[in-house]
Amino acid sequence: MRDAEFLIEAMAVQLRELLARRGIAEPALVGIHTGGVWIAERLRQRLGIITPPGRLDISFYRDDFSRIGVNPQVRPSELPFDVDGRHLVLVDDVLYTGRTIRAALNELFDYGRPASVLLAVLVDRGGRELPIEANVAGSRLELPADQHIQLTGPEPLQLLLQTAP
Amino acid sequence: MSTTNIQLDRQGRLMHFLTVEGLSRRHLTEILDTAESLRGVAERRVKKLPTLHGKTVVNLFFEASTRTRTTFELAAKRLSADVLTLNIANSSTVKGESLLDTLRNIEAMQCDMFVVRHEQSGAAEFIARHVRPHIAVLNAGDGRHAHPTQAMLDVFTIRRHKPDFPNLQVALVGDILHSRVARSLIHALNILGTGDIRVIAPRTLLPAYVENLGVRVFHNPAEGLRDVDVVVMLRLQKERMEGALLPTEREFFQRYGLTEERLALAKPDAIVMHPGPINRGVEIDSRVADGPRSVILEQVTNGIAARMAIMSITLGNHARPTGGKA
Repeated sequence: MRDAEFLIEAMAVQLRELLARRGIAEPALVGIHTGGVWIAERLRQRLGIITPPGRLDISFYRDDFSRIGVNPQVRPSELPFDVDGRHLVLVDDVLYTGRTIRAALNELFDYGRPASVLLAVLVDRGGRELPIEANVAGSRLELPADQHIQLTGPEPLQLLLQTAP
Repeated sequence: MSTTNIQLDRQGRLMHFLTVEGLSRRHLTEILDTAESLRGVAERRVKKLPTLHGKTVVNLFFEASTRTRTTFELAAKRLSADVLTLNIANSSTVKGESLLDTLRNIEAMQCDMFVVRHEQSGAAEFIARHVRPHIAVLNAGDGRHAHPTQAMLDVFTIRRHKPDFPNLQVALVGDILHSRVARSLIHALNILGTGDIRVIAPRTLLPAYVENLGVRVFHNPAEGLRDVDVVVMLRLQKERMEGALLPTEREFFQRYGLTEERLALAKPDAIVMHPGPINRGVEIDSRVADGPRSVILEQVTNGIAARMAIMSITLGNHARPTGGKA
């Protein structure tokens, strides 16, 4: 179990620097349900961004519907700003295969045409199956497939590392 | 009818949606929560989700319908399914060979879902019993029996305004006897634990033993409408009337029609619903139908989300796991 706030601070430092380098003053954050939403709100406070963060539930965009069906805990997606021409930062807890991010990008573009999209994650655990990389990562490690890493929260935010039985 | 067995699999998952009867609150809540997540899709630039991409939905309409058919079509299209609508006139009986023949022919086109409307009670169940196992069947109205997707869009609309079902007074007014909408809605409201369900109708428009459905019966709207939260007006099923159950439409309006005066008996924030199409001046006054408490058009909008939810849940439950990581 690890305190996630420390990693979020690392994300904030990297993100602040990246946004400055790109000349982006007021990006809109978009958290992916559920962990990404918690992290996006904390990043927004640390970076002093005014725009309230959006939230995406990518359940209807998953590529494995014909294998697992619909997630019964699906929640509404909500983007409380105009996506068109906006610089967005997509926020998620764990980056693994890249399939969630692909689904999130597809969903984002159904709201409009953003000026750019950056990806910020708490943990990049390796194991990619798609050509997707994070611009910002609180931590980068290579975990074997039988290890499961999960963010619990919202208060406190903690990373749980488990080995599959 | 033992419909409940066939629409659930051994794990209790919804494989077809034929009737609300026999479902649990968990089933209904899952549909309502999923519909809530799907409702926002209509407000986006791209009103479409990729969920049913590559699936084929066939609307089998043996009985005319505009609203139900179009909202089912839109629901399927907004989930990226391919949709084919067949209006099959002059349908023969449920037991007839021709229905099975029709079924086999359409099955041969590799489809994944049938949406069935039929004037005979039990038609959708009959089809569900005879289709190949990968096909999901939705009941879009069968005779006087059931109209479960309408019931779900109705309770979805109620929940969006008044989510506290145990403390809710709901009145259904008018032709209960011929109404599959009423039957399905009463079941859904009971499953969700609605505190007080009332039916208000003349004796001639009530089914026998209607009390057994878990409702309180009123013949006088002045009593039945008092302090209700929700008024559901039912369409006078003129086309289903066999013989003179009513003196005249005019007299029906005078005794049961929803006017502003009668609506004043309900709670000040009561909502007015109607499954449509409305008979203005027969069961409802235009000033009420178009008034601030009417949610009739909202029901139409919600109908798309509710049907999208039911389609994605039932087709999702036909999914077959093949392994691989998330």
